[in-house]
Amino acid sequence: MRVNFTVNGRRHEADDVWEGESLLYVLRERMGLPGSKNACEQGECGSCTVRLDGVPVCSCLVAAGQVEGRDVVTVEGLADFAAHRAEAHPGTGCASGACGTSLDRAKRWKAEPAAGDETRDTGELSPIQQAFIDAGAVQCGFCTPGLLVAADELLERTPQPSDADIREALSGNLCRCTGYEKILDAVRLAAARAEETV
Amino acid sequence: MDFLRPASWEEALAAKAEHPTAVPIAGGTDVMVEINFDHRRPEYLLDLNRIGELTEWEVGQENVRLGASVPYSQIMEHLRAELPGLALASHTVASPQIRNRGGVGGNLGTASPAGDAHPALLAAGAEVEAESVRGTRMIPIDAFYTGVKRNALEPDELIRAVHIKKADGPQQYSKVGTRNAMVIAVCAFGLALHPETRTVRTGIGSAAPTPVRAKEAEEFLNAALEEGGFWDSRTIITPSVAQQFATLAAGACNPIDDVRGTASYRRHAVGIMARRTLGWAWESYRGNGRSTEGAA
Amino acid sequence: MGVTGSPTNINQGTRTKGGIGESTLRPDGILKVTGEFAYSSDMWHEDMLWGHTLRSTVAHAEIVSIDVSEALATSGVYAVLTYDDLPAEMKNYGLEIQDTPVLAHGRVRHHGEPVALVAADHPETARRAAAKIRIDYRELPVVTDEASATAPGAPLIHEGRDDHHIGHVPHPNIVHRQPIVRGDAAAAEARADVIVKGDYYFGMQDQAFLGPESGLAVPAEDGGVDLYVATQWLHSDLRQIAPVLGLPEDKVRMTLSGVGGAFGGREDLSMQIHACLLALRTGKPVKIVYNRFESFFGHVHRHPARLHYEHGATRDGKLTHMKCRIVLDGGAYASASPAVVGNASSLAVGPYVIEDVDIEAIALYTNNPPCGAMRGFGAVQACFAYEAQMDKLAARLDMDPVEFRQLNAMEQGTLLPTGQQVDSPAPVAELLRRVKAMPMPPERQWESAGEHADVRALPGGLSNTTHGEGVVRGVGYAVGLKNVGFSEGFDDYSTARVRMEVIGGEPVATVHTAMAEVGQGGVTVHAQIARTELGVSQVTIHPADTQVGSAGSTSASRQTYVTGGAVKNSCEAVREQVLEMGRRKLGTHHPAWATAELLLEGGKVVTDGGEVLADIADVLEDEAVDIELEWRHRPTEAFDLRTGQGNGHVQYSFAAHRAVVEVDTELGLVKVIELACAQDVGKALNPLSVVGQIQGGTIQGMGIAVMEEIIVDPVTAKVRNPSFTDYLLPTILDTPTIPVDVLELADDHAPYGLRGIGEAPTLSSTPAVLAAIRNATGLELDRTPVRPEHLTGV
Repeated sequence: MRVNFTVNGRRHEADDVWEGESLLYVLRERMGLPGSKNACEQGECGSCTVRLDGVPVCSCLVAAGQVEGRDVVTVEGLADFAAHRAEAHPGTGCASGACGTSLDRAKRWKAEPAAGDETRDTGELSPIQQAFIDAGAVQCGFCTPGLLVAADELLERTPQPSDADIREALSGNLCRCTGYEKILDAVRLAAARAEETV
Repeated sequence: MDFLRPASWEEALAAKAEHPTAVPIAGGTDVMVEINFDHRRPEYLLDLNRIGELTEWEVGQENVRLGASVPYSQIMEHLRAELPGLALASHTVASPQIRNRGGVGGNLGTASPAGDAHPALLAAGAEVEAESVRGTRMIPIDAFYTGVKRNALEPDELIRAVHIKKADGPQQYSKVGTRNAMVIAVCAFGLALHPETRTVRTGIGSAAPTPVRAKEAEEFLNAALEEGGFWDSRTIITPSVAQQFATLAAGACNPIDDVRGTASYRRHAVGIMARRTLGWAWESYRGNGRSTEGAA
Repeated sequence: MGVTGSPTNINQGTRTKGGIGESTLRPDGILKVTGEFAYSSDMWHEDMLWGHTLRSTVAHAEIVSIDVSEALATSGVYAVLTYDDLPAEMKNYGLEIQDTPVLAHGRVRHHGEPVALVAADHPETARRAAAKIRIDYRELPVVTDEASATAPGAPLIHEGRDDHHIGHVPHPNIVHRQPIVRGDAAAAEARADVIVKGDYYFGMQDQAFLGPESGLAVPAEDGGVDLYVATQWLHSDLRQIAPVLGLPEDKVRMTLSGVGGAFGGREDLSMQIHACLLALRTGKPVKIVYNRFESFFGHVHRHPARLHYEHGATRDGKLTHMKCRIVLDGGAYASASPAVVGNASSLAVGPYVIEDVDIEAIALYTNNPPCGAMRGFGAVQACFAYEAQMDKLAARLDMDPVEFRQLNAMEQGTLLPTGQQVDSPAPVAELLRRVKAMPMPPERQWESAGEHADVRALPGGLSNTTHGEGVVRGVGYAVGLKNVGFSEGFDDYSTARVRMEVIGGEPVATVHTAMAEVGQGGVTVHAQIARTELGVSQVTIHPADTQVGSAGSTSASRQTYVTGGAVKNSCEAVREQVLEMGRRKLGTHHPAWATAELLLEGGKVVTDGGEVLADIADVLEDEAVDIELEWRHRPTEAFDLRTGQGNGHVQYSFAAHRAVVEVDTELGLVKVIELACAQDVGKALNPLSVVGQIQGGTIQGMGIAVMEEIIVDPVTAKVRNPSFTDYLLPTILDTPTIPVDVLELADDHAPYGLRGIGEAPTLSSTPAVLAAIRNATGLELDRTPVRPEHLTGV
């Protein structure tokens, strides 16, 4: 079958889609957008999280045909999505690169030595993407795209989340490398930077 | 495999009549797992996402008419007052992403004994609005579950909505899993106080071939509360009464051993949850309810 | 059109020094947060086919017949391969023992063993075709434990074994046996005032890396094949792949794709050979991606173990002796079982001084899933048991469990049961002191002001099982001992090629190794080392491939030590050449060229006194210095097969944990509140990464304590929970806060004094959590993971 939908603001069309294919498969194998990850394909890890009409969902559990005519945002479009939001609704996030709070300040307990600033000049990243890099929340990175989409949506909804809020919002995203501490740090950091710029 | 995309409820019913083996897919949180893991290859997938009314609800005098596809996250957010037990149950469903897609219709359609909504529906009291091109019928929730992953639907029927009694008293829901989030129930327990009728209803999940009510426990408790004048006095329920209720609730289970837990643990845990949920609900009824965060 | 998603050079920024000791950020971080980083499952090639593996549905059976005709006739199918299609004489592979068939030959030995391969134009076509392959199995009795493996008449898992262990094992169903005997345990027993015995069980853990096994094989015009894959050790893969394909190694060109975690699970081959076979057969690129179900069958797991321990101590708390027997279930194929036996036996004593020991460890061949490398291999299982023993002894002696451990803690100079002296700092007592001294987390954190309960902070979490009822707090401690690097006489080396040249007027270093970056941050550290040694700010990390010499495996906590050491060594050689070049070209300009100690710093040649002699760019001009060198750590020895004596290890790693848990004692549900860790890392080359490793390792240890276990049916030997629905990994709502105290006591034998760090935190985390649960419940708890039914006794 043929499927048409919008991904990251662009119309996409896929032909010869097998009816059992998931949105995840179509994104990864037919649209050249492999950022959403295929870790479990059973809705138990969140690595494939995308926004479907604004709502975070596991793209592995959305049948391709169900997306006809709808709007999808993936990790590849997250920076643009966040920039557009910042323009349209200032105060719900900070502009990339304008974020001043250090990781140490956003941290709960004993800080590590300051991060080198060599990769701070990172161009167009969304605040949550920048925070994940700065906080050391990325190791193998396979869970990262899904976590970014979920965490970005949390901060959009709840700009100053409590730790319990962060944990609850990200409880559908498994990470096997970090033990989650630095992911918490990253979300705290993004929230703290946003607060400073408001 | 064919993908059927009805644009309206009438079209969906017609498609289901024409292809009774068609598998309805709404949130996809059950069906797509089976497809991804090659456990199921339906001839037809019947997509219900384009039927907007399935994600709507109406709050009436007696009941909430909940569209089959209203996502759990919406129930948590908007129906806490009317359907507190179901809102609590919704909060235990899988992950935020799944709660954004899955709805009660899917739980009922799959009819897994581990479905999180069932104990809350049983405790609250509900009817399933099933429809086919032949007409509409209301199936009482007590008659809906007919076997392991089997329900009372006819092959040409679809679930349009669930009519759930609005809460007339406190409701509670508790579920045991071996992880603190995103976990399938080892067993679950729902409880609703119905002060208007001076009754208590229950629901047990994942501890019998189907979701069941602990009827003997309900009858015992109803009698004990009536006899002791508890509904009027609103005094603390005698611990021995609560314990007997818990024991009878555990006795209502007919569980199995599986990778998620043992039969004897399930029976034990249902007893504990019965006692605790009764305690929490009764405290609320007495006006001393403790507020919770992270639950509903 | 070429491969999309193939790795590209990672360019470092230019502005800071970013040398060792700084928390520089990952060079692959931006690619990873934008979704552009190309993992092995992201590879795509025009005209590519999809490979699919048909696996056995039974654990032990004779294959009476295979009929692929219907599958082959399916439209869209390009190839169906079975054992009979293997092109070369060599049809097996294996890390140490080549006992694993590429495709089953007449017999399957475990559930999920690969039997046939399909290549088709769509994954669904391949799956449907595979379903049409008819295999007639005649089931055989299964061997599942030591009793059934060594019973008279037990079926032999591998008949006619001729590997180098067969000569010293008591039964052909035993892969390897390592006794370690020192002193006289029987005599020492007489001196003991208390003796504590225990039988422990450690469940089968899965690495559960999030990126499933996957890769792309592209047939080449020269008859060879290019393979893009996620692995831990390219050259080990290559050594196993080429013979089975019947190709010389130089015709199998491997490139490391993005690796979605590893933790030991990618040390063995998975889809590598299968993809190459299909690509060579069809002449088309072939991609294979396992789904999560298949991934549980696609790699080895952590050995489950039964451990019997006996310890004695004097009334004043000194350990007298230890006897133990460790039985590891290696499953159907050897994989890393011999090394796991070596670790389990040689580290069975833990970080304690015990002069009289009698240790035996064995690994079995069974029809259970094959087990091999996983973070802390062998040492993890032993640590769980000896730490339970330490708590039991302390309780019997009415001593504080931390003080009892400190009293018996090993230190620099201690002789291990292997006779090897610990010749670098061993701050075991100090780590325990530090972890104990950390502030305790507040009580009842789930209860904020008033009558408010936050279920998210309670056992049961979102499931709303308690509002405080039945909740009891417990605290537990543990400390562990892990070896770093490959032991027992293995030639453990790495190779680094470092190039220095001027690009755009600036000196740039390129570091090329075959090190598998699996998320640990080796690429970050290599750039830091190059900056420190070569004084440049711009470092390019070349993609890892087999065009450079072996880096060894990203395992055994060894990469920063060994490949980091190799990068340092090659950088030093490059520096010498640059300086030599400088002396030749510019030596006449300044006498210091000849007389002073010279360094490269900030893009310049400087004297040790800080005087600038030249820009590096002016020394190099348009020349490049390019050096590839192997580097080795100190050699080790094999353990004596009878006594276990020998200098088998090169370095040790220590971590201690304090676990604070809250247990719902009525429902048997656990919430880990805090896992505090103190670890000696020698030298933190990148402090941010070091803490990340410690926290991640800690949570993998917590997982096996409270939820993770592959459940194998004891009757059928089939895996019962191969999915993320029933194999549970900790979520962010299960994990505690993890304060980390990093100690840096240099090991003078290691580059920069560093210590391998990845595994030690996984050791002590599990027993610390168990100790805390025991403390909360008063239960003995002799197995891990602990399940609600164990805590409720029903």
